[in-house]
Formats: sequence, structure tokens, C-alpha cells
Amino acid sequence: MIELKGVEKTYPSAFGEVTALKDIDLTISDGDVFGIIGLSGAGKSTLVRCINLLEQPTKGKILVDGEDLTTVKPKRLREIRRNIGMIFQGFNLLEQRTVENNVFFPLELAGVKRKDGEKRVNELLGIVGLSDRKKAYPSQLSGGQKQRVAIARALATSPKYLLCDEATSALDPATTSSILALLKKINAELGVTVIVITHEMKVIESICTKVAVIDNSRIAECGEVPEVFTDPKSDIAKQLILPDLIRSMKSEKGYKFRLVFSGETSDTPVISALALEKGVAVNIVYADTKNINGKIYGHLVFTLAGGKDEYETVKEFLTEKKINFATEGENE
Amino acid sequence: MSELLRQLISDGTLVRGVFETLYMTLLSTAIAYVLGLPLGILLNVTDKNGLKPIGWLNKTLGLIVNVLRSIPFIILMVAMLPVAKLIVGTSLGNKAMIVMLVIAAAPYIARMVESSLKEIDGGVIEAARSMGASDFQIITKVFLPEAKPSLIVGAVISTVTVLGYSAMAATIGGTGLGQIAVVYGYQRFKQDIIWISVVLIVIIVQAIQEAGTYLARKTDRRVRSDKKISKNKKFRKGD
Repeated sequence: MIELKGVEKTYPSAFGEVTALKDIDLTISDGDVFGIIGLSGAGKSTLVRCINLLEQPTKGKILVDGEDLTTVKPKRLREIRRNIGMIFQGFNLLEQRTVENNVFFPLELAGVKRKDGEKRVNELLGIVGLSDRKKAYPSQLSGGQKQRVAIARALATSPKYLLCDEATSALDPATTSSILALLKKINAELGVTVIVITHEMKVIESICTKVAVIDNSRIAECGEVPEVFTDPKSDIAKQLILPDLIRSMKSEKGYKFRLVFSGETSDTPVISALALEKGVAVNIVYADTKNINGKIYGHLVFTLAGGKDEYETVKEFLTEKKINFATEGENE
Repeated sequence: MSELLRQLISDGTLVRGVFETLYMTLLSTAIAYVLGLPLGILLNVTDKNGLKPIGWLNKTLGLIVNVLRSIPFIILMVAMLPVAKLIVGTSLGNKAMIVMLVIAAAPYIARMVESSLKEIDGGVIEAARSMGASDFQIITKVFLPEAKPSLIVGAVISTVTVLGYSAMAATIGGTGLGQIAVVYGYQRFKQDIIWISVVLIVIIVQAIQEAGTYLARKTDRRVRSDKKISKNKKFRKGD
């Protein structure tokens, strides 16, 4: 388990102190795929670097399996880091080493002899699907392949945790999907706790179980992905998750309904039922559903052509059908 | 061709000059590298953006390096005569000259090494750190291997510079092509001896440069990827 308690990070600058992180409390349980999302400059990269102490927090504790990283000796810190793999947006492979020697690198640092590491290197290259490129140099690989090598390398010392700092941001959509699938597989099959830093909601949706939304150096919101996704509370979460929805809510006039589908109800034909049973015609202004871990989640926004009476009818109908919804009146 | 030149060729003086120049240049550069490499690493590591920022040490070393580098070699040579006497027991001849060349080249090499190491991507260092690498491991397993091609290029430039300095050996009674040019050519008004010395020096410089560039390209895995790229003129010319 990784716990951040009251973490704060400030940098000195020409204009006084700059706060990168403030009052960060976060618990990452074993086995999670934990997402941290935020806009650029929100402090998410600093946050992930605090977890393995590449950045020293100004205040607070970083507990990894109960051990406070901010107080351990340098030698112990290096040992703990072997238990926390990390991959990066820029891959950061050693350009002068072959693929297999890159993967062997962390083992070499740990004092493992080449011939003893051979089996592990082959095994890892098998996991990431690059067994046939082991003699290649990084400059001969594509971006996706480089990230696979980086993943194999990060897993070499069999870490319990894997930090991913914008690991797919430099990749095209198809490659992104395959890297995300690989991370999911690593979590499921090897039991590695994965911590994903990203600015893309798509990444969170496709692999994360929990998410923390970070904004302006603080954690704005944190919870299970379906929960945060269907009912974002903070402005920043709404902005990240529902950018088009917010726009549609603002632009349309009249009574507005936002329906939330959270896994069970999306099969019910609500709109046609409304029209057939109650004779109310609605105008759909926004609809989006997403598949998160096999369940359907989504939002649907519609406006009413009619007035107050119809508004009440629809409200009643939705409550009766046990559909999660929010309303916005004409004058709101 | 003057009589004197013919004599220098037939009695082997000219050939000996070539070997003496090569010997002085390569030996001095090698010794200077042994001193300059750790100094350059130290300059890089103790820099404020380095692995282990130590301000006072960085400033002190930087100052020493800058002072030594700003003194013209001919003056440095005369000023360092007592130092040579202290180290090799004489302030004359090739032995003393090697001491002077080392004193002049080591700070130069240190700066070369420092700048080669600066080229390494900070992300790679961060990655090594995240894997539990110690500062020493980062130096030996990331800095030096990753900067190897650039270090080779720097070493070649340093060697050529030392070769130029070695031509001044005649000033303190040293030998080599420089001495031949000065003593036989300049002092006895034999233009052809000056020119033949220059041509020989140019050939040596070319040989060192070509060999070095070849080695740097050969060891660089970033361009090894396919032969087409390494044959491209972009990588052939320019250093």
C-alpha cells in the first residue's frame, strides 16, 4: 500500500515560492490500477515523482508498505526503488544498449550477474512481446516498441508497484490501446499495482479502477472510476469528463434533464418509453456512453419542448423508473 | 629540394621527427585524459544541475580550469618550467615538454568531457535513479557509456590541439616536426623544410581525425540502425 500524507512541494523561484503540490492525502491499495488525472501544470508529474522520491516533498510523509521514504537512508531508498518500477512519456531507454541489455540494466544495478539474469530478461521480453527484437538498439524500434522495452525494464526487478508517467501520451491511438492493454494484463496477471498519470480521460476509462483528479496543486476529487465518471462533483472533474456535456447544458434553453446511466439501466429504452407512455417529446442535445470494465456508463441530456407540466411528468416518470438524473430549470 | 632536406631525409631525421611528434602527442593526450576525465566528471556532477551539486568545489575547479586555459601555451610553458623540473627532474627536452602539454591539455579535456556529459538526456538519468542506481553507478553505467561517441570526438579534438602545441617543443629543446621546421627550416632559411614539416603535420592531423571520426561513428548505436544512414553525408562530414 502506498500512502501520501499531507504532502506538499514548493519550489523556489525568482517570484518567490511556487507551490506544485498542497495538502495531498492519497491511499493506493495493492492491486489497484490507480489513475491520477489533471491538466498540464496541475502538479501530477511532481506527485508521481514524490512516490519514489525522485522529488523530495517539502512536507508530509510518503509511506510505501508502512515505510516513510522521506526518512529512510539513501541505501534503503535505492532498495525500495527496486520495488517501484517507473515508465515515462519519453521512454528514457539507454540508446547505446541493446533491448536485452536495457531490460537487464536494473538487475545489473542490483548486482545480478549477466548469466543469472538471462532467463529473467527472456521471460520479460516474452511478456511484452518483443522476444525477436532482443539484439536491436532503441533507435531501431518504433515508439510503441520502445515503451514495451521500458515496461519490461521497469518490471525486471519484480516490483510490486509500477508508476506510469504519461506513458502513452507520445503514442498514436492504436499503440496507446495496446500499451494500455499490456498494463492491464500486468496488473491482472502479475498482480502489480499500477499508478497511471495522464491528462486523457480515455486512459482512465480504459484501465483504471480508481481515480484522483488533481487541479491547482490539490486533489479535487478521488474515488472509484464509475462513481467519479457518472457523478463528477468538482468543476475540474466535470470539465475533464464531460466537456461537451457542459457546453450543451449551457447553450440550450428550456428545461433540461441530465440522465446518468451507471452500469444497470442503460438497456432500458427511456426516451421511447417517455414518448409512448407519457406522450412527451424530448429533444436530445447530448448523449455519450462508455464501457468501463465491461459495464455501460453514460450521460444523456435532453430538453423539453413543453412547459412546467411536462417537466413535472418527466420528473415523476424518471423517479418511478429509478433513473439517476439531474435537472435544470428554465431560469437557472 | 635543398641539400639539407635531402640530408634530413637520408639520415632519418625527418622520419624520427614524425615519430617523436606522434609519441609526444599521444602520450601527453593519454596522460592528460587520465587527469581530465575525472576532472570533467567532477565539473559536471558538482554543477548546480548535476547529480551532486557542490557549489564551492564546482567554482574552485572551474576557476583553475579557466585560468589554465586562458594562459597562451607559449607563456604557460615558460611559467611551468619549475613544475616540470619538480616532476621529471628536468626543464628541458621532450620529457619536460610532455609535462607542459599535460598541464595545458588536461583542463581542455575536462571541459570537453563536461560538455559531452551535458548532452545526456536528463530523463535517462531520472530513469536510472528510479531503478535504484547510485550516483557512482549513474556515472559508470549511464554517463560514460551513453556519452562514448561524443567523448571520442572530444578526445580527437584534444589530440589535434595537443599536436599543435607539441610543435612548440623546440623552444625548450624538445624534438619532433616542430623542431625540424624551426631549427632547420626557419633558422637556416630553408623554405622547403618548413613546408615538408607542415605537410607531414597536416597528414598526421588528417589521420587522427579520420580514425577518430570512424571510431565514434562505429561505436554510436544511435546511427548504427541501418547502413544507409551512416553512409549519409550528414553523418560523414562535420564533427
